[in-house]
Amino acid sequence: MTREEIGNGSEDMVIDECEPEGRERNAVPDEFNPNYLKVYYGKLFPHADIFKWMSYGNDGKHPACDQSYFGRREFSYTLDNDIYLRFQSFNSASELENSIKEKCPFKIDIGPVYSVDPAKRHAYAQTGDNVFTPVERELVFDIDITDYDDVRYCCSGADVCLDCWPLMTVAIKVIDTSLRDDFGFNHILWVFSGRRGVHCWVCDGKARRLTNEQRASIAEYFRVYKGNENNLKKVSFTGLALHPFLARSYTEVLKEFFESKLLSSQKLFSTEERYEKILEMIPDESITSELRGKWQENKRSSISKEDTNVVRWQQLKHILQSGRLKAQGLRKCVEEIVFSFTYPRLDMEVSKHMNHLLKAPFCVHPKTGRVCVPIDPNCCEEFDPTAVPTLSKLLEEMNMGALRADVGNEWDRTSLGKSVRFFRSSFLQPLLKSCKEEIENSYNAKLQHSKNSMSW
Amino acid sequence: MEIYGYQRKPLHSDAVSTLPLYRSAPLLEVRLEDFERFAIDRLRVLKGISDGLSRGKKPEEIENLAIDLWKANMRHPDASEVVNKDIIAHFVLRLVYCRTEDLRKWFLSMETALFRYRLRHESAEAQRALMAEFDLPYKAVSTSEFESMKDKLGQVARSIGQPLTPADTKFYTVPFEEVPELVAGRRVFLHKGHAYVAMNQVVSLVATQFRSHLSKALILTNRKWTSSIREQEKDRLTPIVEALCTSYLGPDYSEPREFAEISIRDIDQIAMSSFPLCMRHLFEKLREDHHLKHGGRMQLGLFLKGVGLKLDDALAFWKAEFSQKVGAERFDKEYAYSIRHNYGREGKRTDYTPFSCQKIISSAPGVGDHHGCPYRHFSEENLRAALGKMRVNSRAIEDVMDKVRNRHYQLACTLTFEAVHGTSCDAGINHPNQYFSESQKVVQLKVDPVVV
Ligand SMILES: [Zn+2]
Repeated sequence: MTREEIGNGSEDMVIDECEPEGRERNAVPDEFNPNYLKVYYGKLFPHADIFKWMSYGNDGKHPACDQSYFGRREFSYTLDNDIYLRFQSFNSASELENSIKEKCPFKIDIGPVYSVDPAKRHAYAQTGDNVFTPVERELVFDIDITDYDDVRYCCSGADVCLDCWPLMTVAIKVIDTSLRDDFGFNHILWVFSGRRGVHCWVCDGKARRLTNEQRASIAEYFRVYKGNENNLKKVSFTGLALHPFLARSYTEVLKEFFESKLLSSQKLFSTEERYEKILEMIPDESITSELRGKWQENKRSSISKEDTNVVRWQQLKHILQSGRLKAQGLRKCVEEIVFSFTYPRLDMEVSKHMNHLLKAPFCVHPKTGRVCVPIDPNCCEEFDPTAVPTLSKLLEEMNMGALRADVGNEWDRTSLGKSVRFFRSSFLQPLLKSCKEEIENSYNAKLQHSKNSMSW
Repeated sequence: MEIYGYQRKPLHSDAVSTLPLYRSAPLLEVRLEDFERFAIDRLRVLKGISDGLSRGKKPEEIENLAIDLWKANMRHPDASEVVNKDIIAHFVLRLVYCRTEDLRKWFLSMETALFRYRLRHESAEAQRALMAEFDLPYKAVSTSEFESMKDKLGQVARSIGQPLTPADTKFYTVPFEEVPELVAGRRVFLHKGHAYVAMNQVVSLVATQFRSHLSKALILTNRKWTSSIREQEKDRLTPIVEALCTSYLGPDYSEPREFAEISIRDIDQIAMSSFPLCMRHLFEKLREDHHLKHGGRMQLGLFLKGVGLKLDDALAFWKAEFSQKVGAERFDKEYAYSIRHNYGREGKRTDYTPFSCQKIISSAPGVGDHHGCPYRHFSEENLRAALGKMRVNSRAIEDVMDKVRNRHYQLACTLTFEAVHGTSCDAGINHPNQYFSESQKVVQLKVDPVVV
């Protein structure tokens, strides 16, 4: 019974009988491993917090609490060997915790709350009234760095480094601000996806109850990028002005990021191939050839100490925005270029449908071994994906800690502690507070209503 | 309506708008024939919209189609009765379409679409009156708030290419969830969950409201229907209500009209050019086997009657084939009767009407039968082959198969018609004889080009 041994937790249980190279004291090989995962789920994974979150206050004693709420939520597991278990559901915190510890899933996904217990969906499938259908789901967003491959030269595919990660930071800033200021949402959780992107969970009651049509409308509101391989111009603004949301994103985030960071870090104008890609976005032959001429000549006699990328961008901007151009359309090119390179690229389908699954926070990415920790949108530029705790690092810290005094939570002795504390104080506590208020209010409204209908 | 008034309220007192909100059933005496006739007229409009939508027409096209259909079908000789007809027809159809989830869903979509199109055609003043009548929970933006938001609102207006004029000062705030289309197109300014909706965008907002109101009303009507109306009206309205949603709306083609009289001489050529696939198939099988089973004889026989084949010609036509198989004598004895019967010359002496698509689609051909609707009853392989024989090009065949997969058999037939004739058929095919007469119009136009 390996599981129980692990559960009992003596200091040498980490190394157990599993990994010969783990025998060395405290040192844990830097890789993902099912046995480490067992320890992680046994000691570190914040089961109770996930339960609290997913209950949205319905686990309380208040008469208006919906006791069936948590039990109607779909969880799904990806096990070792890619075995995929959908429609798992649990009736209590301990059921959830026991199941996770027992199955030790490589990945846990969270789906919607259904009209009935998803595990019993077949029993309802035939009856007409109680159809099995999603009724609540967080509004979610998925942003993946692989979708930016045409604008980053440092990495490609699943790789990410500190030069391209800021694109994610920009996405968080733009979307987070709009979700709060434009849509009025308050309970928003940003999570590192473990490898190459970020997930966003919008958890306000009204967000969870959005219809698919309303979700799609929000996703569309955010969509600017209409790229495809056959269309070089991926961002095109047709109106006489930018919508206030886009204008704000541009002036507050994108422009500054593009000019002071991305230009240099990605060396956007450093080679002919690269600047040609930008020139293609300018629909005026005379301008592009003028710029091209300057840059080809200038290549040979570059004496300036300034960054070529910055210089060339200034030249491009100057010529496009100079007064001699009657065509208003060309001024927009500057904005279009900046948006093409920096504006968030969302996976639309994930956001549009209630029944899309999304990986749970605090999972461990099986390829990188990194934990899907929350990201604070208020200081997201400080987030370093390469410094996110890995499974092996956490176990090492635990082993170290176990040698010292046995105080507080397990995670307090590891670098995961910071993330769990942030999750609780910045997200979970304010969320549960407003859930309680909502439950209270709906109860009072119902009381009021039944009083009225009786007198009537 | 004397049948089920919920609320005593004078009927439509609003002088500004001619677009009712159907808040309560009218207190009117309705004659039984109007009850059905008005409903059918409205149904033609709704089915036209539904057809346009499932054919993937553009919003503007459907809007024009809806308005035209409305004008054509919802007239009343007495101008003062137009609104009453509108309201009565709506409430009758509520009864008809409240009865199952699928019916409610269809009716809700079509009525909302119709409402939206009609609303767009109303004057700004009438639109405003409707807003008030709806008692919308949305707040008018005060002048001072407008002034403080003016820049942002103007920015939105310019971003969608419709700059504000000095007259555009009327805005409403609504929860953004209420106006998903406007949010999706970034056509509104959003602030803390509120969308600032311009007066001219109000249509979207009112239509959403209309929809949710109607949706709830349909559930209530359904309850009333099952708890009392169905039983109370079982001898009078119930049969009408139950028949209406499946009713075929076109002419019945029991009397051949426009292209009266075809002769046996021309029949093969006409079959090639103008028969729908179901009839073409029966026709070819008859020529091939010199025999058709009962279902096939009925379907083809009545169709030919509708097409204009006279009784004597019909007898000669059937006899020429059948006698090759069963002999002339047996034909006279066993089969001639039923042909005369179809023409009302035997038995009850009633004219039998040709089968509509609806009826053919819902038939259940067995082994050895050739009747039914090929789009529904053929295997994919056979259908493809049959369409190929009609010289439908391969792209059109894919379109047809797509409709078939989605069980839109009449649309599949319509697309075939369009592919074969190289012309659009906006009305859609809903009767084999209609297919025939539409086809003849095209064919004759090609034969005798109109000289203007
Ligand atoms: Zn990189």
